Amino acid sequence: MAEPKPIHVLQLYPRDMNIYGDFGNALVLQRRLQWRGYEPILHSYDPEDEFPEQVDLVIGGGGQDSGQDKIQQDLLRIGDRLHTLAQSGTPMLMICGLYQLFGHSFRTREGREIKGVGILDLRTEGTDTRLIGNVVAESTEFGEILGYENHSGQTYLGPGVQPLARVTKGEGNNAKDSYEGARFKNIVGSYLHGSLLPKNPAIADFLIATAVQNRYAEASQPQIDPAGSAQPIDELTRKARTTATRRPR
Amino acid sequence: MSRISSAPRTLGTALGSAGSVLIGRAARAVTKLRGGGGSAFPGLVVEKLDPNFLARTLHRLPRGVIVVSGTNGKTTTTKMVVELLQGQGLRVFTNRSGSNFTRGVVASILEDVRLTGTLDADIAVLELDEAHAVHFVKAVRPNHSLLLNVMRDQLDRFGEIDTTAGMLRTIAQHTVEAVVLNREDPRVRAIAETLDTQRVDYFGLSESLRGHFPSDDDFHSGPADAADHPHADVVLEELTEGGGRFTIDGESVSTSLTVNGAYNTFNAAAALAVVRQALGETVDPRALIESLSKVSPAFGRGESLTVQGRPLDLVLVKNPSGFRLGLSSFSAEGVATMIAINDNYADGRDMSWLWDVEFASLAEQGVRMVSGVRAYDMALRLKYDDVDFDAVEPDLSLALTRFLDENPDRPARIFCTYTAMLALRKRLGAYTEVEAF
Repeated sequence: MAEPKPIHVLQLYPRDMNIYGDFGNALVLQRRLQWRGYEPILHSYDPEDEFPEQVDLVIGGGGQDSGQDKIQQDLLRIGDRLHTLAQSGTPMLMICGLYQLFGHSFRTREGREIKGVGILDLRTEGTDTRLIGNVVAESTEFGEILGYENHSGQTYLGPGVQPLARVTKGEGNNAKDSYEGARFKNIVGSYLHGSLLPKNPAIADFLIATAVQNRYAEASQPQIDPAGSAQPIDELTRKARTTATRRPR
Repeated sequence: MSRISSAPRTLGTALGSAGSVLIGRAARAVTKLRGGGGSAFPGLVVEKLDPNFLARTLHRLPRGVIVVSGTNGKTTTTKMVVELLQGQGLRVFTNRSGSNFTRGVVASILEDVRLTGTLDADIAVLELDEAHAVHFVKAVRPNHSLLLNVMRDQLDRFGEIDTTAGMLRTIAQHTVEAVVLNREDPRVRAIAETLDTQRVDYFGLSESLRGHFPSDDDFHSGPADAADHPHADVVLEELTEGGGRFTIDGESVSTSLTVNGAYNTFNAAAALAVVRQALGETVDPRALIESLSKVSPAFGRGESLTVQGRPLDLVLVKNPSGFRLGLSSFSAEGVATMIAINDNYADGRDMSWLWDVEFASLAEQGVRMVSGVRAYDMALRLKYDDVDFDAVEPDLSLALTRFLDENPDRPARIFCTYTAMLALRKRLGAYTEVEAF
């Protein structure tokens, strides 16, 4: 058998932007790459680290306000690299805090303007209300998306991005419209934790297929279920999803 | 209830303490007749009629009030502080009913207080939930406060971990004499910088133990530099078989403990520190250690039962740090493991935290049973860590029966969230004597 081909996954700011279990997204991508016969190479990038040469997939998570303050300057510093990757179709998943900072700006409750990296055409406003609870949303691209939101920043999409999904339970981007998340090129932005990818493998597989296609110009190999347990991962995922749709907000 | 809350505020004061006590007791009797638990409602009634009742009653205690707060370990630590003080010959009032909110405290007082409004106690030790503690300390300024930690389990109630740290800071700032802080928790340690008049003492860990107690921050970035750590009055030096070795005021003391687990041993250091602070020179160190060794776990926290002749441990897990520590405190070897995860309100609805725990230590032995409302979330989590499991059964009762039947000869351990533990305990009552809650 041939050596597994490497796929380089860049995890942005795991030290300061990690607080809601978004590490699960990195784990799911690594495992599903392995199960398809690729070798995931995870690069953790924290402020002032060297930006890796090869990047096939980028993920970023949520943090608290204090974490966002710590990384914001550095994010602007590497902004050009991220713009180039985004424009060339690199798949990215940005959750909560980094989803906000991938937009143009975040206006705090005190009226302070925090500049975002401006890859996604969206703006966020800090509010006194926290949107907290289970979310069910409908996406034409990925089907039903399940997760958990916990944010006081409310996000409004500009014409340059599409909503990721339409919320059927919960709030999503803001308390006014019914949109959740954003889509632009191969970027998925979302407020949803849970972690997002374990119960929404359609999104994980989109990110993986795109990364493999970009890097090796091939369709990704079929997934071989890990040996061992009697219950295949698809079945466990389906049952976990069924439970999630039935839980209270 | 709206009619009661619109009653004139002066009524209670006019009635005096005796009036408030009688009204509160009447409310409790009514609540109990209607089948309620009799805890918060009478407290609410008295609070509305006589808002100063709480402060007046507690301030009469000769040695004042100690408050215990933090996200993890409050209940067991409060129990330790109470029993340490009792071992020093003091009469202690505490909010043992389990409703650790202001109204619960008022309700507890109503049970114990005389009609004159005096409590038959020397000192009060109160366990306070962070959010309600802020309201409480503005009404009743504690003499001492013990602040344990800020961990992630209650984020979906308070929003952010820094908000919770802010609540603990408010408690410290409203404390009259002195506070005890956890030296190892950066958010708690930083509270010292915001205090002007209060004395600050610390409890802490030896350098070798720090890696054993990862904080939420350490999980992703490695422990912080220890160089700037202040001196701690009580240090947990090492975990021994069934106990721990502490350095107390420069002296090394080893003791066995009835409570189990690394976490509770660290809580013991916290309890020792606040009792030493509250009693000062008068403390009897020998009696202190003797009392400590006898403290039994608070309800449901790290309980060891015997079921059909085999030992069964219930390990409460409610956040990533606690789960990681639970996994590293107890070896999985030779043990049948079950995990039960609920997501009811008291557990927290967000399942994200399971993804911040590594389960690799269970890989070799595997897991016999996965249960609870979110059994399939947990099973999926194990699958992604290459941990095998025999069965998934969301129904706790069925799962427990099957788990016990299929693993008759080995010690058993169940990691469970709060409401899963309540349900399992109830069910275990059919097999063994389980202390009533």
